[in-house]
Amino acid sequence: MKSLVAVLTVLAAIIAFWYAACVPMNIKGVLDAAERAGVEVTPATAKERRDRGEIGLVVNNTFAIADTWVQERPRLPAPHQVAVELWETTVEKKITSKRSLIYHGQVTLSATLLGFAIGTGLGILLAVGIVHSRVMDMSVMPWAIVSQTIPIIALAPMIIVVLYSIGVQGIIPKAVISAYLSFFPVVVGMVKGLRAPDAMQLDLLKTYNANTNQGFWKLRLPSSMPYLFASLKIGIAASLVGAIVGELPTGAVAGLGARLLAGSYYGQTVQIWSALFAAAILAAALVALLGLIEKVVLNRMGVRA
Amino acid sequence: MNMETTTQAIHPEAAASATVPANCVIEARNLDLTFQTNDGPVHALKDVSLEIKKGDFVSFIGPSGCGKTTFLRCIAALETPTGGSLSVNGMTPDEARRNRAYGYVFQAAGLYPWRTIAKNIKLPLEIMGYSKAEQEKRVNQVLELVELSGFGGKFPWQLSGGMQQRASIARALAFDADILLMDEPFGALDEIVRDHLNEQLLKLWARTNKTIGFVTHSIPEAVYLSTKIVVMSPRPGRIHDVIDSTLPKERPLDIRDSPEFIEIAHRVREGLRAGHGDD
Repeated sequence: MKSLVAVLTVLAAIIAFWYAACVPMNIKGVLDAAERAGVEVTPATAKERRDRGEIGLVVNNTFAIADTWVQERPRLPAPHQVAVELWETTVEKKITSKRSLIYHGQVTLSATLLGFAIGTGLGILLAVGIVHSRVMDMSVMPWAIVSQTIPIIALAPMIIVVLYSIGVQGIIPKAVISAYLSFFPVVVGMVKGLRAPDAMQLDLLKTYNANTNQGFWKLRLPSSMPYLFASLKIGIAASLVGAIVGELPTGAVAGLGARLLAGSYYGQTVQIWSALFAAAILAAALVALLGLIEKVVLNRMGVRA
Repeated sequence: MNMETTTQAIHPEAAASATVPANCVIEARNLDLTFQTNDGPVHALKDVSLEIKKGDFVSFIGPSGCGKTTFLRCIAALETPTGGSLSVNGMTPDEARRNRAYGYVFQAAGLYPWRTIAKNIKLPLEIMGYSKAEQEKRVNQVLELVELSGFGGKFPWQLSGGMQQRASIARALAFDADILLMDEPFGALDEIVRDHLNEQLLKLWARTNKTIGFVTHSIPEAVYLSTKIVVMSPRPGRIHDVIDSTLPKERPLDIRDSPEFIEIAHRVREGLRAGHGDD
């Protein structure tokens, strides 16, 4: 109960800050509109207002404050505007509509999941190789680290162009970018996890004359599970980012990335923010789902409740 | 440095039987083990010679760094000696390991937290390819042997430290190794639990007739359990004294107050002091 109050307080503080921020952010636009409508504002012309500070404008024109939260194309939309847009583009639109966030979300989600599957599979395979082979440890690990130092926003268009030139398009290029971002946390986590058993546990298997295979399936893999799930949670969020970034250079056809881009083309800030929130909600849902799977798996592995 | 290796028995009969190598399970001759470290070579074992007969309960006692654990690990082929010879069941230690000649109990129970007690005991059986039915049978047998019947379905964290260590002993007993190597198995447990487990271990030894190598820090534990006490001293790790116990095989806990027990304990303590004083 106490923690619920604390959580709600933080949430309320964030929303209050957001509403407050809307006022100076949107005041110039509101005053311009008011001036055109014939209302008296101080200073009177847009030219005079241009170089004035936002706070000063708010103080001089307090009547306009309420209007900063209901503009059609605000610089910063108010929370309720984003919420209404989210509601209208998810619940009230048909899923098949090009304006439905569900439709766009599902386009992004499918690329995310495919990329996540590829990235996780690749990450686990690499980790197994790295743990079992010193050569792979020395030759693959540095490249895996280097790969993550290149900004994905620079690399994504090249991946799409290269894949397009060999006739691959659609969901695959986006999934590749997704996988590119998500394999790394899985590699790092799994290498750590597969190396988690201490010397004593490895000695114990040696006294049984167990082979490498048995050591992997009976000791290393189960030991790595907590590390794997931590990595998967990072990986799925990275996958979603990858899929959205992958949608940006393709000319914004479909997907949450496309909604972001289209919104910025047409100055539709409410649309941008609702797409951002849709992406955040999707990421949260995916991480929560993984958390649930983790709980079930670790529970079955006898972890203390 | 004093390099004496005395094998003087309190009992003359025991000394006589020690010269018969026919039933010798573990035989070390002039064993050396030197670790190369950045600070130069470390002589973990130097000129160690010892015979362990079938059915013996041999304790290795000595201060830290005297090589008692290293010697046990050499027998288990977890370390490779740099000199001398060592045979286990008439084979090299590594061949013996491949033939699963011994069960090894570490200081920590080392049970897999994701397996139940029964599944933990099945681990070596699965690796060695026992049939499902045989696995079940053996798990029940050894659980009964360490008085843990009914706890097979529990996870390790649901058991006390002493029970976990018993489960790990059960795991080492589950397959048919006639040698049991124990590296300070009760070191992390409190005195009362330790007494109880010592008593149980003796019963278990009497029932199974295994050959046991037992590393310990505790003089009473060594004297209470052993038929042979090997006193070791450090830098370099070597055998200072080998004492054949005159205590009867049947040993209630209060035997520890008998003059015989105190006499042996005294000799062990003297040996430890002498071994420690000369470096």
